[in-house]
Amino acid sequence: MPVNETLATYSDWTFNSAVGVYVLAMVLYLCEQAFSRAPKKEPVAAGGIPGLVEEPRRDLGRPERLGRMGAALTVLGAALQLVALVLRGLSTGRAPWGNMYEYVILLTLAAVVTWIVLMAKFPIRRLGGFVLLPIVILMFLGGTVLYAEAAPVMPALQSYWLAIHVSVISISSGILLVPGIASILFLIKDRKPEKFPKVPSTDVLDRIAYRSTVLAFPLFTAGIICGAIWAEAAWGRFWGWDPKETVAFVSWVVYAAYLHARATAGWRGRGAAWINVLGFAFTVFNLFFINLVTSGLHSYAGLN
Amino acid sequence: MIAFLRNTWRGLTSMRTALILLFLLALAAMPGALLPQLSLNARKVDEYVAQHGWWGRFLQKLGFFEVYATPWFAAIYLMLFVSLIGCLLPRTFEYFKQATAKPVLTPRNLSRLPHHAQAETDSSPEEVLAEAEQHLRGWRKQADENTISAERGFLRETGNLVFHFALLGLLVSFAIGKMVGYEGTVIVQANGGQFCNGGIANYDTFRPGLRVDGSDLTPLCVKVDDFKAEYLPNGQAKSFHAGIGYQSGEDLESGTWRPFDLEVNHPLRTAGDRVYLQGHGYTPQFTVTFPNGVKRTSATQWVPVDPVTLASEGAAKFDPPNITDPEQRRKNQLAVTGLFAPSSAMHGSILTSNFPALNNPMVAVDVYRGDLGTDDGRGQSIFSIDKSLVDQGRLTKVARKNLAVGDELSLDDGTRIRFDGVNDWVSLQISHDPSQVWVLLFAVLIIVGLGVSLTVKRRRFWVRATRQDDGRTLVEAGGLARTDQAGYGEEFTRLATSLLIKET
Ligand code: HEM
Repeated sequence: MPVNETLATYSDWTFNSAVGVYVLAMVLYLCEQAFSRAPKKEPVAAGGIPGLVEEPRRDLGRPERLGRMGAALTVLGAALQLVALVLRGLSTGRAPWGNMYEYVILLTLAAVVTWIVLMAKFPIRRLGGFVLLPIVILMFLGGTVLYAEAAPVMPALQSYWLAIHVSVISISSGILLVPGIASILFLIKDRKPEKFPKVPSTDVLDRIAYRSTVLAFPLFTAGIICGAIWAEAAWGRFWGWDPKETVAFVSWVVYAAYLHARATAGWRGRGAAWINVLGFAFTVFNLFFINLVTSGLHSYAGLN
Repeated sequence: MIAFLRNTWRGLTSMRTALILLFLLALAAMPGALLPQLSLNARKVDEYVAQHGWWGRFLQKLGFFEVYATPWFAAIYLMLFVSLIGCLLPRTFEYFKQATAKPVLTPRNLSRLPHHAQAETDSSPEEVLAEAEQHLRGWRKQADENTISAERGFLRETGNLVFHFALLGLLVSFAIGKMVGYEGTVIVQANGGQFCNGGIANYDTFRPGLRVDGSDLTPLCVKVDDFKAEYLPNGQAKSFHAGIGYQSGEDLESGTWRPFDLEVNHPLRTAGDRVYLQGHGYTPQFTVTFPNGVKRTSATQWVPVDPVTLASEGAAKFDPPNITDPEQRRKNQLAVTGLFAPSSAMHGSILTSNFPALNNPMVAVDVYRGDLGTDDGRGQSIFSIDKSLVDQGRLTKVARKNLAVGDELSLDDGTRIRFDGVNDWVSLQISHDPSQVWVLLFAVLIIVGLGVSLTVKRRRFWVRATRQDDGRTLVEAGGLARTDQAGYGEEFTRLATSLLIKET
């Protein structure tokens, strides 16, 4: 099937605009961080019911309004990214995650959407900049180093499993970016709480990390299993310790360790947060190092 | 002694140990991704060892190039295995005990709980509790004099146990597969080539499971009728297709060939085995006409050296005809080696290939005459000549030329070598793993168990209604999430509100 060049070009444009919009949103978040005063006290549980944490009501100051604009722009960016992805798919006539560039679009989109959902539930809007930073870096790398022209994929990838396996894996990896950031902030806040009064309490950060991990982990598990099913049909074995498979296994074990740590005395809190950061480090490592440096059967990078 | 054993067992099966073992497993698996592995690419392992001197040899000795077959890797996962069993047994007992247990008594002081609410009402305690009963439909309840104790989310425990047992099952099935399964590859010429798995010897490479001696492979025959490859203009492969016939089971006796379209992502599954199309390449055919007029033809596969353009190397080897004296015969063996280009392009006088399809096939040959070393009793590669024989002067180069299809070259003694044409070959993999359906089954259970145990929350809810001195009723509600606190708040508020709010 020939590639529709016009749609592919529109896709590139929307992708680039999404990056621009995120950068703008980041600037707004930063301004909010810089100009707002720290809340007098930590956000407290509303009505004495923990689990329902609400930010104390205040009048909307200027920094507040900047932050809200940032949040709105984040939503706009996500919408643009979605359009970029759909146009990519339409232009190539296949699932739009056949190479690393496309994989990065889907991954970052999943991360942003997760963040937007969490933002609606937790008082964490002002952390938006911390989350958007890695996303913008990933998208920038995706749009430059990893960029690949819209094209059909090689025979081993021509399977409906591409649509299933890669989307599930990239969406779950994207979601896992959020707990990774939340855990890093947890560790920072936990070290010197008084130095970072504008960062929400460790309790909130821990809960964000746990909630998003618990959402992503079964998805990630399912993604690995779909990969194994596909490998059985495409490569002749369901598991062969290919570098990509190995690192996926390692991050899976690390996230399993995270869930255990949260149920083990002495490991809750800091220990668990470190493990979560480690898990995310492996996920990123798998995305870049394994695709670009080692050579395995997972050759969809399309860079060599 | 018993105390020691008990302490060891306790230690091994504690949650903390499980955590550490999980880390160790992750750590131990990593070198397999960072260092070349024998099972994936033996050549790279050799290169690595050669380049890294004593360090390379040290790593090799410790098994770092076959991580997943080493005793230390096995030790870690076996310990995890034991820890898992040790952890699961008591939890299973506990599970069945709890499955029939009544919810715990209502705590005396509900206001100490993480979730708490209270209000006064004019309804009688009985009315309040009856109403609470209504709202707590689907909860496990235990009513007492002036209180109800309710619990929900036991399914989480079920999911968790299903998950861990399925993990156990998956590991066992995987191990069984490694014992009784096997995997073999073979190159078959297209346009009529055949393969039957009568024994290990019929394979080019064969990787048996630990308990496989090759004496009882499930009989299976395959013949390759044709092969087609399509490419994009940039040389990227678009599709591979091999039209094959196969025989298994009764067909072997009746001689029936069943047709099948073998493609990447579309293996043949028959008689519990699988046949995969793994790769392809070219077989240039040469005919040698010896001075005495005798012709000999060779059609041996050449091996692609460039995966993109399929430029290939190989060696066609010939024995001189009608020579009985071994000494003489050995002096006059011929080998046609060189580079084959499916789509030839010349860089000066150097032949290269610029496309993987057979657009303009050409072969740059070096012809050697002398002793090929085939009588030495050592096995030799079908893709090359033994370079050491050239160095020793036992094999000498007698001609070099570029040949298009139909071209010929002549040697000094009048021998003529003709490049007849090209055939395709395909490499097939035959795999046998009777336990992989079990692995799949357990994998599905793993996801189901995980999904249930991570979404269901175990939580408790208590109401107490007490008549006060003023005749009104004090209604207190308390809640406790047994697992993660996150998320119970909303539900508790909803429940508590529906019980209390209209009365206040
Ligand atoms: C093969 C290694 C293991 C893996 C990959 C693994 C994985 C997991 C995962 C992913 C969870 C979280 C999902 C859930 O809550 O059901 C979990 C929970 C749990 N695991 Fe394991 N596990 C392993 C071994 C063990 C062992 C050896 C023990 C006992 C010492 C154990 C005890 C538990 C317990 C008690 C929970 C529930 C924790 C909670 O409620 O949050 N696991 N396990």
